[in-house]
Amino acid sequence: MKERNESTKIRSDPKVMNNKEKQIFEEIVRDSQKHKVTRREFMQFSMAAGLTMAAGASLWTNEVAASTPKRGGTFRIGLHDGNTTDSLDPATYQSVGQIQIAHTYSAYLTEITANNKLGPDVADSWEANPTATQWIFKLNPNATFHNGNKVTAKDVVASLNYHRGEEATSAAKALLSTVTEIRADGDGTVVVDLSSGVADFPWLMTDYHLTILPAKDGGGVDWESGIGCGPYKIVNHEAGVSTELTRHDGWHREGAYFDEVRFTVINDPNARQTALMTGDVDSITSTDLKTLALLQRNPDIAIDNTPSGSAITLPMFCDQAPFDNVDVRLALKYSINRQEIIDKIMFGTGTVGNDVHVSPNMPYYAELEQRPYDPDQAKFHLKKAGMDKLSVNLSATDSVYPGAVDMCVLFSESAKASGIDINVVREPSDGYWSNVWLQKPFCFVKWGARPTPDNMLSLAYAADAAWNESHWKNPRFNELLVAARAELDEAKRSEMYHEAQMLCKDDGGTIIPAFVNFVCARRKNVMHGPSVASSWENDGARAAHRWWFA
Amino acid sequence: MNDLVAIVVKRLGFGLVTLLAVSIIIFGAVELLPGDLAQAVLGQGATEETVRELRAQLGLDRSPPERYLAWLGGVFQGDFGQSLASKKDVASLIGPRFSNTLFLALYAAAIAVPLAMFLGIAAALYRNSWFDRATNVGTLTAISSPEFFVGYILILFLAIKNPWFPALSNVTPDMAFTERLNRLFLPAMTMVLVVTAHMMRMTRAAIINLLASPYIEMARLKGVPQYKVIVKHALPNAWAPIINVVALNLAYLITGVVLVEVVFVYPGIGQLLVDSVTKRDFPVVQACCLIFAATYILLNLAADVGAIVSNPRLRHRK
Repeated sequence: MKERNESTKIRSDPKVMNNKEKQIFEEIVRDSQKHKVTRREFMQFSMAAGLTMAAGASLWTNEVAASTPKRGGTFRIGLHDGNTTDSLDPATYQSVGQIQIAHTYSAYLTEITANNKLGPDVADSWEANPTATQWIFKLNPNATFHNGNKVTAKDVVASLNYHRGEEATSAAKALLSTVTEIRADGDGTVVVDLSSGVADFPWLMTDYHLTILPAKDGGGVDWESGIGCGPYKIVNHEAGVSTELTRHDGWHREGAYFDEVRFTVINDPNARQTALMTGDVDSITSTDLKTLALLQRNPDIAIDNTPSGSAITLPMFCDQAPFDNVDVRLALKYSINRQEIIDKIMFGTGTVGNDVHVSPNMPYYAELEQRPYDPDQAKFHLKKAGMDKLSVNLSATDSVYPGAVDMCVLFSESAKASGIDINVVREPSDGYWSNVWLQKPFCFVKWGARPTPDNMLSLAYAADAAWNESHWKNPRFNELLVAARAELDEAKRSEMYHEAQMLCKDDGGTIIPAFVNFVCARRKNVMHGPSVASSWENDGARAAHRWWFA
Repeated sequence: MNDLVAIVVKRLGFGLVTLLAVSIIIFGAVELLPGDLAQAVLGQGATEETVRELRAQLGLDRSPPERYLAWLGGVFQGDFGQSLASKKDVASLIGPRFSNTLFLALYAAAIAVPLAMFLGIAAALYRNSWFDRATNVGTLTAISSPEFFVGYILILFLAIKNPWFPALSNVTPDMAFTERLNRLFLPAMTMVLVVTAHMMRMTRAAIINLLASPYIEMARLKGVPQYKVIVKHALPNAWAPIINVVALNLAYLITGVVLVEVVFVYPGIGQLLVDSVTKRDFPVVQACCLIFAATYILLNLAADVGAIVSNPRLRHRK
């Protein structure tokens, strides 16, 4: 900071500064935001830089203080997708409401940071043996439950075991299928043994089901009492209506700037936006895309439009005619106009997909050439498959994604140019997951974001996966998937995933038109850091932990 | 008077039989819906293995008659069972929400019934005047618009453009009475607008119907002023149809408010029912539907009793 003292004088109004002045000014502000500079130092620097006392003071309040986290206030969030049937039982977590509340009152072994990296939560550090078949997690010694008890290895073991074993009905069971044993080593260390190497295992611990809860004496975990070890403790919880929380003073981490947090379930998009505009809530987890442009015009409201790893997929059964022919699959992949879908159906709030279920914000994302909308290429592949024209049924329902049926109709229109006739079948939304998905050879699916390629690809693309939605069985891909899973050498691993992604793109049975953005809105007095996590709505569901009031 | 008690007792008995029949129909209807709770709760995460395990844990693997009888057995002992999804007591789940619904219904009724009666009588009194026409057009417009639309319009003008009333009706149990009235003003007004027309038109029609009777003409001929003709001579004989339509609308205020609840984010029983049907949470669905059915039965009974009490000919039948 020294050289700034003799630097050029800068004018007090940022609007009339020249570039160099602006740069210096921004640097001072940035340093202050990172707590490198106190208010007193800031004033000294500003005065030395030629600002008057008053101008410096107003800069501090306007620019710096607003972006420096400070404590206080009640943060009110309007939640979408909350139901009266939602339970606090982590095995049943499914709705956005449950996930948001879980991240606020409870904690996980690891977290996805605001920059989409892996960071510590209840676990302080972790290490693997060379084959990645054993993982050792060291727990944060300061982590405590809301009842004052320390979080011990015993609690962690019980919490993870709750999702595995014969009796478990958890949706996270498949995730932990490689785990053979979880044991406590003293109070502060947890050892996990795996049947085969998983280099991403610490990433898997961020899964929203795997909350750390107090162990029960007779075995199992106590989720009924609502005691967690997260930044806020539950004061009042009425499922599908509202949840009130207050700061957990013994929390082991930095953040939790709000004194209180209140979730209100507002399922109606219109009511949600109204509540935000009238100031009844400070933030909402989803906006209505059709009226997004209007909401953006409101001067009190800021929109967080965050690209995510949540993908729309159109899986085709690769073991069933006509999709068993790779050229038919390619013809269909060339017949979809992805940009048009994003513009018209998603109102611009999406990222173009490339038939690979790895989004740009995931680790090991390979930058492959984007597949264009090209009816001529499609015709070429169709001819190669020995066909002039093709007629297929595509099943969809709007409850999976609002606009799903329209999206398929648009696909059908764009495919006509290449002689492909897609008949869109509107399926009932009740029981779609049981009766259509994995049953019909070509259907519309939306996936929640998964943190790593291995996680996603093992779940829905591995040959033997229960959810291999496209019945795709490519030997080379499966070989790569298994090898990369246990590979701890980053460079080698990266290379393997590159090849695997190419196989998905050119041979795979899934069309991925787009990745969905999370579009959340907040009042302008709610502040957050320069980046928000893309794992869930509202900064990876950690808005209460990371955000603050200006 | 003893006759009346006998009628009430008899009707209550029939009511119980009706409730039993309703419970069988509801159970059958929920069974007919595709999928079950295990699939709904697990959603995309439902593998065959976990679904089977969850069904076994919840007792969903038993045959339908077996499950129905088990539920019925519990009900006869005053136990409505537990919600399958949240594992909470059905009674404790429904209790606070039903009292919220009742509160809103009574709030709306306390405004709508006097308003409708007043407008109806006044419209009959000034039949075919501009007032009559304006009232008719106004109330009919309100009833012809869907509730959520009326709600949005009220929010736009009374909460956003002029921030006089809160747009969200998120009440808490410890909220003061006046605060509660303020929070619920917009949803109550929405429902008032929706139900007033029916009651007002019925009042007007019932009175006008009587105005052609000879005894009304007699009253007029002897020089009774028009308002007295209506209030003293016509109205007493018009009570029966009016009471009937009021009872019908009260029942609607309790059972038909799901959309209003959604628009104003009010934690009433309608939202609970919708969520429970989506998840196939049978004990909750059953309890909600029985409450609705009982509401209709009791209000109909009240209407009939009211009609009998207001009509001496029915009271002293030979």
